Amino acid sequence: MKEYQAYSKEVMKHFLHPKHSGKLKDPSGVGNAGNLICGDVMQVFIKVKENKKTGKRIISDIKFQTFGCVVAIANSSMIATMAKGKSLEEALKIKKDDVLKKLGRVPPIKIHCSVLAVDALDEAIYDYMVKNDLKIPEELKKTHERIKKGLKDIEHRHREYFKLEKEIYRKK
Amino acid sequence: MKRIYLDHSATTPVDSRVLEAMKPFFSKAYGNASSLHKFGQEAKRAMEESREKIANAINAKINEIIFTSGGTESDNLAIKGICLANKSKEKGKNHIITSKIEHHAVLHTCQWMEKQGFEVTYLPVDKYGLVNPADVEDAIKKNTCLVSIMLASNEIGTIEPVEKIGKICRENEVYFHTDAVQAFGKIPIDVNKMNIDLLSASAHKVYGPKGVGALFVREGVDIQPIIHGGGHENDIRSGTENVSGIVGFGAASEIAKKEMKREGEREIKLRDKLIKEVLKIENSHLNGHPTKRLPNNANFWFAFVEGESLILYLDVKGIAGSTGSACSSKSLEPSHVLLAIGLKYEEAHGSLRLTLGKQNTKEDIDYVLKILPDVVERLREISPYKGKWKQ
Repeated sequence: MKEYQAYSKEVMKHFLHPKHSGKLKDPSGVGNAGNLICGDVMQVFIKVKENKKTGKRIISDIKFQTFGCVVAIANSSMIATMAKGKSLEEALKIKKDDVLKKLGRVPPIKIHCSVLAVDALDEAIYDYMVKNDLKIPEELKKTHERIKKGLKDIEHRHREYFKLEKEIYRKK
Repeated sequence: MKRIYLDHSATTPVDSRVLEAMKPFFSKAYGNASSLHKFGQEAKRAMEESREKIANAINAKINEIIFTSGGTESDNLAIKGICLANKSKEKGKNHIITSKIEHHAVLHTCQWMEKQGFEVTYLPVDKYGLVNPADVEDAIKKNTCLVSIMLASNEIGTIEPVEKIGKICRENEVYFHTDAVQAFGKIPIDVNKMNIDLLSASAHKVYGPKGVGALFVREGVDIQPIIHGGGHENDIRSGTENVSGIVGFGAASEIAKKEMKREGEREIKLRDKLIKEVLKIENSHLNGHPTKRLPNNANFWFAFVEGESLILYLDVKGIAGSTGSACSSKSLEPSHVLLAIGLKYEEAHGSLRLTLGKQNTKEDIDYVLKILPDVVERLREISPYKGKWKQ
């Protein structure tokens, strides 16, 4: 009998063995994003190194943390894999369809999960640019405003969670 | 690899004795129960024997059992059938009372009745999912035709005080329907003692086949059919009866009644062990009532974990469960039941339901207890919560 699975092999591979999950020490940029549709949240850390010869700024290391479903975690792992080694300009060009293409079959209702991963990466790059007084592209500014607003709503929705988190973990 | 099925509230395997009972009714005794010849009468006899077995299981009369295609149809027939029969000008009844934690088969039918001009009161529940009978009494109006409160919750397993609710309905001359799809065959049901006028049941939740169910309709209750045709099932539900399915349902009901006490006690032991041990996981919580719950139901929520991820991770480890997380639903909304018992959006996000069955053993539970804490921990490690968000 043909084996049926809820998700593609590629999705399950990245979900079960996520690449680049965790945190970076002294990151060059941090991006937080939330998904208003389902309530998932994601955090991206990037390390950026400048190539002295070309002047290009390269994402030399990247890590992520995600609270979300199978596809959200798989997307996080995939986008981290895709962004590592890329210049900031190249990384900003990664869109949700690029991630989805690499992951293969994803149910239509889960497509919004890829937006979360792209948003968190864009936010990390934005954070780096602000910290380093770089000129921020207009499009990225707009993206940042949209994500910031969304995150505020999510944090409001998760407010009890943050309280709980504070009580339990921050005391330790 | 070990595969452990802990999703018996979704469906159950067909008991081998049930399958044996059904077998002759596909290619040998294949008659139409409405036919007058021997082929037909053979089928009819088997069908009537099954009706008697199901009636016996809930202390009803044989002629009070109507066969349907399953729990969903039974709920639809009960609600629409009662509403249609009682909305006439002389009767003027156009108000339904139900609860916020009903199965979608009841809730969505009630919402549809609202579109047809009916008024519906959705009663709240307490933190355990219990309906307060006093709320039912307060909500009853002159134009109330039906109260529909489930016998036990499919999600959190809470057993509702239906006997008290039924008594209130009887005193106020309002019909009382209960969705007993999860309770039937698992806990004792007596439609007379519990003052029930209509009761929905389904075969595939009690080791019978899918696609067959029943609605108990008390003698004298004014109900209209919603499926019209040849006048089968006492003119309440037309359509050639699913004889093999009905025979399977009868056999399953008989077995369930006979084995209920012993199996229930066995499952309660396993369930309570599972609950006790799982709650040792940091920041885990039980959903539903600690004791007023179905013998086979355990439902938890884990902070900082998303339910769909949990289910798929457990599936890889060979454990089949379910969740009320928004991410696993078609609507991307978390379970209405979990929200109704007061869980926050993100708490419902991390819910896990494990429902036991006849073939589950102590070893199965031990295996779950070995695997589950690690899976929860692993997902928490990936999560930005746990003191790491906005450092």
